[in-house]
Amino acid sequence: MKLPKLLRLSPAAAPYALLLPFFALFAVFGLFPLLFSLWLAFQAWEPTDGLAAMRFVGLGNFAFALQDEWFWKSLKNTAWLAVASGVPQHLVAIPLAVFIHTRLQRLRNVAVGAYFLPYITSTVAISILFASLFSTDFGVVNAVLGRLFGIDAIDWLGQPENIKPAIATVVFWRYVGFNVVLYLAALQTIPKDLYEAATMDGASRWQQFVHITLPGLKPVMYFGVTLSIIGGLQLFEEPFILTGGRGGSDQAGMTTAMYLYRMAFDFNDFGAASAMSWLLFALVVGLTWATHRAFRPKAGQA
Amino acid sequence: MTTTDVMPTVGRPMAPWAAYALVGAGALLMLAPFWFMFVFATQSRTEIFSLPPPLWFGDDLPGNLAILTERIPFWRNLGWSLYVALMSTALTLLFCSMGGYAFACFEFRHKNALFAFVLGTMLLPSFMNMIPTFMIMDVLGWIDQPRALYIPGAASAFGIFLMRQFVLSSVPRELIEAARMDGCSELGIYWRIVLPLLRPALGTLGLITFIASWNNFIGPLVVMRSPENYTLPLALRSLQSPVDTEWGALMTGSAIATLPLLVLFALSSRQLIAGLTAGAVK
Repeated sequence: MKLPKLLRLSPAAAPYALLLPFFALFAVFGLFPLLFSLWLAFQAWEPTDGLAAMRFVGLGNFAFALQDEWFWKSLKNTAWLAVASGVPQHLVAIPLAVFIHTRLQRLRNVAVGAYFLPYITSTVAISILFASLFSTDFGVVNAVLGRLFGIDAIDWLGQPENIKPAIATVVFWRYVGFNVVLYLAALQTIPKDLYEAATMDGASRWQQFVHITLPGLKPVMYFGVTLSIIGGLQLFEEPFILTGGRGGSDQAGMTTAMYLYRMAFDFNDFGAASAMSWLLFALVVGLTWATHRAFRPKAGQA
Repeated sequence: MTTTDVMPTVGRPMAPWAAYALVGAGALLMLAPFWFMFVFATQSRTEIFSLPPPLWFGDDLPGNLAILTERIPFWRNLGWSLYVALMSTALTLLFCSMGGYAFACFEFRHKNALFAFVLGTMLLPSFMNMIPTFMIMDVLGWIDQPRALYIPGAASAFGIFLMRQFVLSSVPRELIEAARMDGCSELGIYWRIVLPLLRPALGTLGLITFIASWNNFIGPLVVMRSPENYTLPLALRSLQSPVDTEWGALMTGSAIATLPLLVLFALSSRQLIAGLTAGAVK
């Protein structure tokens, strides 16, 4: 088969041709929109007015965002949810992974599969299901709590103070298995003879866990925690579905990603929404950097 | 489940059956929601919300389906989900295998900087793209068009990364050199030699892309307008209402949307898990 002359590339030109589709798409749908949103953050604009109606407002949108009570509330909600769903993920995933690694031989893949499954399923379908499980009068969650512990029915999705724990539960359930798999992979890279040597020296299991396992998991912990932070700060689908897209009573379930969506598509203020997205992005970058600092090997350590 | 469930791992050794029981109980908690989803799919709204909640299948599946197809163009929405996911998978496999091969087997100016840049875009949170994506689709006239859902995602940084790793580890450079000596064109080398060798990685990336597109909610939420063009997640969400949600029908729809994922996972869980956590352990 002879290719047309145009397609007979020289080895020097080939990599550029091969990368062209990716970078062309990325430029149009990734980079340009991003720069555009940065520009938009300094404009006052409603889409119904047409592109010509944009007005430069300097830092006006940022000032508006920082004085907006709801924006601050959404940030607090997001932080609360990120911590309450993120920290337990790792506190459960690490011991669970160690447990599966050391104790489970047969059925190991089945167990890992069960924990991982929620990660690949549709957030919307699952959040809809949880909305029914969390229903006050006849939901499964309240039925189980009532039967086992005699707890009175809790209004999970109606009362402001209960919405966030309900959302955090769903998020935890969805991502804990992903972290288990990360930690399991890391555990396999810790040399067995370290444990053998420690046992010979009379180290207890707890000491081995603290002095061999945890340091061995540190690189993956850094990776996993970073992903949890980035993921936690962009929570959107779970709260969106569980609160019917409105944030729940007293906006207790409104995350910042949800709020900037509403700011743009419900309230038509694209400038302010863009400014908010850049403020949230700055927060993501700041926290990612702080995590990097926290996990950096200290002087004198390997 | 709580942390105390699994703490004995660092205490005294425990009997194997206890280990299985603990991990098994946790696994059951993880799987229980799926059980309820499929049980509820066969129950009417009244039965779902009765005490105690139904634990076994009922006979309202046909009734739920009738309500579902009456309220939304369900099969059409399912068709769009499938179409968008397949298109997205095909384009992503093509473009990412090309890009991954270029990064793995060629030397060119700014290669490392470009690759670092590609990796960096993976960390970009999705909310950054929400508003500008809507605007660019508006400018292009792609609002309410399915292509707005599968074309932008085809430039997947994760896909490029996955492909590059696989090419590095399993495509012999000598093979490429030999083909070049024999006068094979550059695109011919990619198409006839590299691509067939990439089959396992293409399978993994294909699965991941298909699932991500199938589950995508924010994309269609921002660009799709008319209910007959909705993909499944958006269509299901449109059934939610503050006063009168048809829970039985909604559960049937959710179960149908979840079923293909369970089948794919059952067939390829190890491949999927390895692909999705690639890059975590260098």
